[in-house]
Amino acid sequence: MAKMSLNVDGRVHAIDADGDMPLLYALRDDLGLKNPRFGCGLAQCGACTVLVDGEPVRSCITPVESLGASKVTTLAGLGNGKAHKIQEAFIAEEVPQCGYCLNGWLMTAAAFLEKTPKPSDAQIRDAMSGLKCRCGTHVAILRAIKRAAQA
Amino acid sequence: MTLQLNRRNFLASTGALTVAVVLPGAAARAAVFGADKRPPLDPRNLSSYITVNADGSVIAYWGKMDMGQGTDLGCAQMVAEELDLPVAKVSIDQGDSGTSVNQGGASGSTGIQMGGVALASAAAEARFQLVAMASKHLGVPAEELTVTDGVVHSRADANKKVSYGELIGGRFFDTQLEWNKQIGNALFVKGQGQRKKPADYKVIGTSPARRDVGPKVMGTIDYVVDIKVPGMVHARVIRPPVAGAEPVTVDEASVKNIPGVQIVREKAFLAVLAPREYDAVKAARDLKVTWSDVKPPFPDQNKLYDHIRNAPVVAKGGDKDVGDVDATFAGAARVIEATYEWPFQSHASMGPACAVIEMGQGEATLYTGSQKPHFAGEGAAVMLNLPKDKVRGIWVPGPGSYGRNDAGDAVADAALIARLTGKSVRVIGTRQDGTGWDPKGPASVHKARAAVDKDGNIIAWDFSSKGFSRLDVSSNESAAADTLAGQAIGVPLKPTNVFNTPEESYRFTAKRKTWETVPPLLDRGSPLRGAHLRDPLGPQLHFASESFIDEIAFATNQDPVAFRLKHLAEPRDIAVVKAAAEKADWQPRTSARKQVSGEIARGQGIAYAQRSGTRSAIVAEVEVNLKTGKVWGRKFTVAHDCGVIINPRQLTATIEGNVVQGMSRAIWEEVKFDDKNVTSIDWQTYPILDMTEAPETIDVVLINRPELAPSGAGESSMRPLAAAVANAIYDATGLRLRQAPFTPDRLKAGLA
Ligand code: FES
Ligand code: FES
Repeated sequence: MAKMSLNVDGRVHAIDADGDMPLLYALRDDLGLKNPRFGCGLAQCGACTVLVDGEPVRSCITPVESLGASKVTTLAGLGNGKAHKIQEAFIAEEVPQCGYCLNGWLMTAAAFLEKTPKPSDAQIRDAMSGLKCRCGTHVAILRAIKRAAQA
Repeated sequence: MTLQLNRRNFLASTGALTVAVVLPGAAARAAVFGADKRPPLDPRNLSSYITVNADGSVIAYWGKMDMGQGTDLGCAQMVAEELDLPVAKVSIDQGDSGTSVNQGGASGSTGIQMGGVALASAAAEARFQLVAMASKHLGVPAEELTVTDGVVHSRADANKKVSYGELIGGRFFDTQLEWNKQIGNALFVKGQGQRKKPADYKVIGTSPARRDVGPKVMGTIDYVVDIKVPGMVHARVIRPPVAGAEPVTVDEASVKNIPGVQIVREKAFLAVLAPREYDAVKAARDLKVTWSDVKPPFPDQNKLYDHIRNAPVVAKGGDKDVGDVDATFAGAARVIEATYEWPFQSHASMGPACAVIEMGQGEATLYTGSQKPHFAGEGAAVMLNLPKDKVRGIWVPGPGSYGRNDAGDAVADAALIARLTGKSVRVIGTRQDGTGWDPKGPASVHKARAAVDKDGNIIAWDFSSKGFSRLDVSSNESAAADTLAGQAIGVPLKPTNVFNTPEESYRFTAKRKTWETVPPLLDRGSPLRGAHLRDPLGPQLHFASESFIDEIAFATNQDPVAFRLKHLAEPRDIAVVKAAAEKADWQPRTSARKQVSGEIARGQGIAYAQRSGTRSAIVAEVEVNLKTGKVWGRKFTVAHDCGVIINPRQLTATIEGNVVQGMSRAIWEEVKFDDKNVTSIDWQTYPILDMTEAPETIDVVLINRPELAPSGAGESSMRPLAAAVANAIYDATGLRLRQAPFTPDRLKAGLA
């Protein structure tokens, strides 16, 4: 166990944890944040995605000690207290079924649209290809990302 | 308004939960009817289904739950309709054995078809009672009263009025209903109140916004994984490397450095727990266990279908023969035959199952994502050695499940660990638990035969299936025998040996549909135990039967759509086939069209099926990459008829989800195993459809039948999907695929 600090959603938190513990457990168990979710623990699904200095990162395989002073953003901090435009679009399109996957899609799409504000259909599909949605809401997700890009 | 229960403080008690909201000014209410306390939760009590808050809003208690298809909203609409309330004034309290009677949970697409219909019937009685109360209060005969937005008033004099809230708000109906004595899906109740006529519908058929979407997207709702209860420890169950093996020695020293770790073991059940979740993860990873040496239980996967064909038959069944099948075949000019094969498939839910047990004094509360919280609570009680009414089962959203996934096993795991330790416990699996160890949609083989007369007419049809039961473990979850933990502590597997036959209305002079089941591959703790997976057996049966319809249409020089229209007996079936074909701009053909440009072959295929009263027909348009063998389902046109449509937007979204998941299962999904265990254990080894493969268009044609009762929609369009895709691949390439899934390797091998 080691004492570390984590900058999450604009606040610095002190934690005491194994350095090799994945960030996901620090966020969920030490900080009590619930949006990054365990889906696979293998970087295969995206359910645990957070932004680290704006880049989508899979917290299930990111050792907590690797973060240093990096800024971590979770879904709770994505819109600075308001709905982010990607969230507004997902709500307008009523995307989720179970919604367990949503965190990954929202975080990844938000970062993607930052870099690619006017994406083509193919670019969206490509950028989202590493995420899973078992309920099969893909076509609604595509609609929502396109809507957010136009917002 | 719904009160949020304080989960941490509430423990199950035998009495019903009282959720009365008393507003200031309630003392000034115009009249007082009903009971002070909510009568006991009993299927006969109206208050078990409907209560009115002081502000006149209504809570409907639903012994099922919605997993994201909007069926809770549909129920709210049905209740609002009967009560003449705006839908915003009806909230649904769902999936909680402490507040609702057992309506069977999410099961068989019956949320609206049975669950919603029962609530609507109760709501009709509530309206009847409220109008009777108003009649007394206003001194106006009930026939002269009507209701507008929850206010009962005289038709003649709008000033003579009283609101629901004034009549009974914050108090409870003490009315009895007629109950059909069924618990579960089939539960139905009725009183004197008559349901509304379709012509008077105002709320049914509209698409108000779903209530769970905002909280899900904003990340404010709790999933099961987010539930924390006082004193809770984190547990992980250790499953054997070889299916059927049992732990022989467990080296406690191997995890002794982990703070607070505890090992629990009973017979073949083994788990670790720790106060911190990551410590439980480490303990599960590091614990050294030696396992009993068992004979590897599984056959060579390449011989799975031969195994099924050669396996002894444990049960058989089928539909009654139409005509003299054997004689018709004997007199045929020609017989066409084909066999089809479908693999084991996994729920592979988005996350592994989680369950939390909160221990109280002689009672406990279960938080679960299981589709059957009432039954699962009973199952937990069995594991906890508690009377079944001492465990309250509360559904909390989990990763979506599509039948009996691993959630029911997590419940039994948590309850057993709680009994063995006396602690409140949270269990969650690994990815391998979700994919490798969930109950599986069963593998099967199907044989179809058709007799052709000398003029090329199909005169007889014989369809037989042989496969693993869809109920090695029941969906019900109330019995230890149906869970891995139960089996691990020695409760023998009690399979129900059942299969199904295709649901369609084809008319042939003679017709036979039969099935046989074979024994499970392993009688205890099997990662290949058969169970319900969205539209249990539907995809496999109709992949075979609807592919074969195309085969015999082409074999007799007929267009697949024309052939279906010629032989279908029921007008609603004909209507969906026609609607899908028209909307998709169906091009008649009597052989594969093989439209190729460059590496891409394009094709269009149709299939149709019934499901418990619902009809759907799907036209799939696919592109086959002749070089890579990859299939892309570019466009799907679905015509759907499930009786009266409650909420068209949610129905459409539900169909879209079925199409994507169905496509995934059709082209990618096959549970792999070696002789020792399942080797599909994550998303690499059990791939599903990804975003690059999502369809470009899903066109949904909804056929509304306001005069008919609603039937289910949660699974119906899953049913013909694989066959529509197989038929489209045939049209594109001339390759007839008789084994699912239609992977690039299989396409390439077939096209070579
Ligand atoms: S949980 Fe991290 S990618 Fe799946
Ligand atoms: S909505 Fe259920 S996994 Fe995506």
